[in-house]
Amino acid sequence: MKKMFTTALATIALAAATTFAQTEILGAGATFPYPLYSKMFSSYNQLTKVKVNYQSIGSGGGVQQITAKTVDFGGTDAFLSEKEETAMGAKSVHIPTCIGSVVLAYNLPGNPVIKLTPALIADMYLGKITKWNDSKIVAVNKGVKLPPINIIVVRRSDGSGTTSIFTDYLAKVSPEWKTKVGAGKSVDWPAGIGAKGNEGVAGNIKNMPGAIGYTEFAYAKRNNMPAALVQNKSGKFIAPNMKSTSLAAKALPANTKINLTNTDAPDGYPISGLTWVVIYQDQNYGGRNQAKAAEVVKLIKWMITDGQKYAAPLDYSPLPKAAQTIALKNLSTVTFGGKPLMK
Amino acid sequence: MTTVKTFNQRDQLFKNTIMLNAIGIVVLLAVIFGTIVYSSKDSIAAFGLGFITSKTWDPIGMTFGALPFIAGTLITSILALLISLPFSLAIALLLGEYSPKGKITGFVRSMIELMAGVPSVIFGFWGLYYLVPKIRDLEMWLMQIPFLENAGILPYGVGILAASLILAVMIIPYSSSVAREVITMVPRALKEAAYSLGSTRFEVISKIVLPYARSGIIAGVLLSFGRAIGETMAVTMLIGNANELPQNIFAPANTMASVIANEFAEAQAGVHMSSLFEIGLLLFLISVVVNLIGRVVIHSMNKQGGQS
Repeated sequence: MKKMFTTALATIALAAATTFAQTEILGAGATFPYPLYSKMFSSYNQLTKVKVNYQSIGSGGGVQQITAKTVDFGGTDAFLSEKEETAMGAKSVHIPTCIGSVVLAYNLPGNPVIKLTPALIADMYLGKITKWNDSKIVAVNKGVKLPPINIIVVRRSDGSGTTSIFTDYLAKVSPEWKTKVGAGKSVDWPAGIGAKGNEGVAGNIKNMPGAIGYTEFAYAKRNNMPAALVQNKSGKFIAPNMKSTSLAAKALPANTKINLTNTDAPDGYPISGLTWVVIYQDQNYGGRNQAKAAEVVKLIKWMITDGQKYAAPLDYSPLPKAAQTIALKNLSTVTFGGKPLMK
Repeated sequence: MTTVKTFNQRDQLFKNTIMLNAIGIVVLLAVIFGTIVYSSKDSIAAFGLGFITSKTWDPIGMTFGALPFIAGTLITSILALLISLPFSLAIALLLGEYSPKGKITGFVRSMIELMAGVPSVIFGFWGLYYLVPKIRDLEMWLMQIPFLENAGILPYGVGILAASLILAVMIIPYSSSVAREVITMVPRALKEAAYSLGSTRFEVISKIVLPYARSGIIAGVLLSFGRAIGETMAVTMLIGNANELPQNIFAPANTMASVIANEFAEAQAGVHMSSLFEIGLLLFLISVVVNLIGRVVIHSMNKQGGQS
């Protein structure tokens, strides 16, 4: 009996020892890529035995945590402002990991495919167009039967990166929106009702005849909700899908800090955005060891190369080749005490 | 001799322990209040009293006012109380006066107690999928009535009414159980005296039972009011989260608890976060005031009851 107990104890101790030996990488931030990240990290754990613990606390929280150096990387849907970068105290690097698009889902009898111009979307959200059979909507949707019912505008009630992308788009295409409302994670909405989370918006649209609302592409797709074709800068009506979203990220600046909304790409979907992980450029801080820092870089490299294959099945758009090249180049500038870490 | 001493020591130790725990809770409450006040300081400095009277909530322009949320909280809670009161009184009278014992009574009682334990998200979810479509039908019907055409009713379904109805259902267990409790405590002698003078059952209830139990009934109502103003999940799912003053009871609005839950996760540090804290502070103060009013009302009624 005693022997058995000793053996059990030894086993526990051994298990504990191996757990401690296993590298654990900590991340926190954006909720938007969380389903993709958790899939990526569990696969990565099977491959390398490296455990990644990602807390989806929101982009704002992610930036706070990396600034406080309590995590190895922060996740964010909005690139850091100059002020936020200064607050970090040392140089940092943004690495884009995937692209998401925001679609306008709706609930109309028979659910016809509808087309929307930037002006129409802005007017709906400004509360200026209130009926589905408004002549302005009919003009771009010839041949579509639009009922004489009220447009119920649905938007997020909680602060979110999705709202940030959507309002950034509206501010770019509508001067009135820019001056009256502006762009951000939460804004002073002139019209409509608010619902919490993508699932709340999707639920409300499904429940309300005449409703239109913005959600992440994946939510609309999984709930089988129709999504409007949106006219882009080149004048083409673009259906939101993985390809048109990826196209929007074709031309990235060297530091990848760009809002993809209202893209110049002729076949790109105009309401989309990147999501990033942010790490310190020199990883020798706060008593970290080089091995750990190398693991962090290795993980991020895997996320933007091999890990990209998990994006499409989860309805995220993978990085196009050109964006991937830039991301890798930026990652290669990450050092430990001046020595490059990427292999 | 020694044993007695150890017993005394133990006794003292036990007394100290429970004392420390009790004081600890009071200290904790004070600390919570203190941190909320401290975290609200940016907002108080920026907006002062205007925070309570302003109806603009603009995170981009950094202008914050809590009036729509204060209004939304009070309107939904008061409406919920009005809707729930007849039901909780009926339940309390049935279980406390008509049939205080028996299988069916026991069953009804445990069902109502069970209702108090149902997580609020379930009420919200049910409301969103089953109650809201019904309210939308009602709104569509109302919109067709000629003189209501310009009343500003829109077929949202969600809004003040939906939130108040679900709140009413959620608070019934609280007000009814307190009311039942006090109704069962009405002295038999009083009731029997009234019956012996030829009173009907209705007269006994309206003239003896309810007046005797009114302070308890009001205590229950206030308890449920406290629950209603703080309810977050179910309300945020049903109220439509529009940060504006509601035009009518069908309009979407927002409450204090709901706006905090919605915005804190992504609020920018600084005035935005501080304003959310100040809303928390106001909610805290409103609860305290409601509680105090309740105490005063009960106290004065007890006094009156004693004199008459």
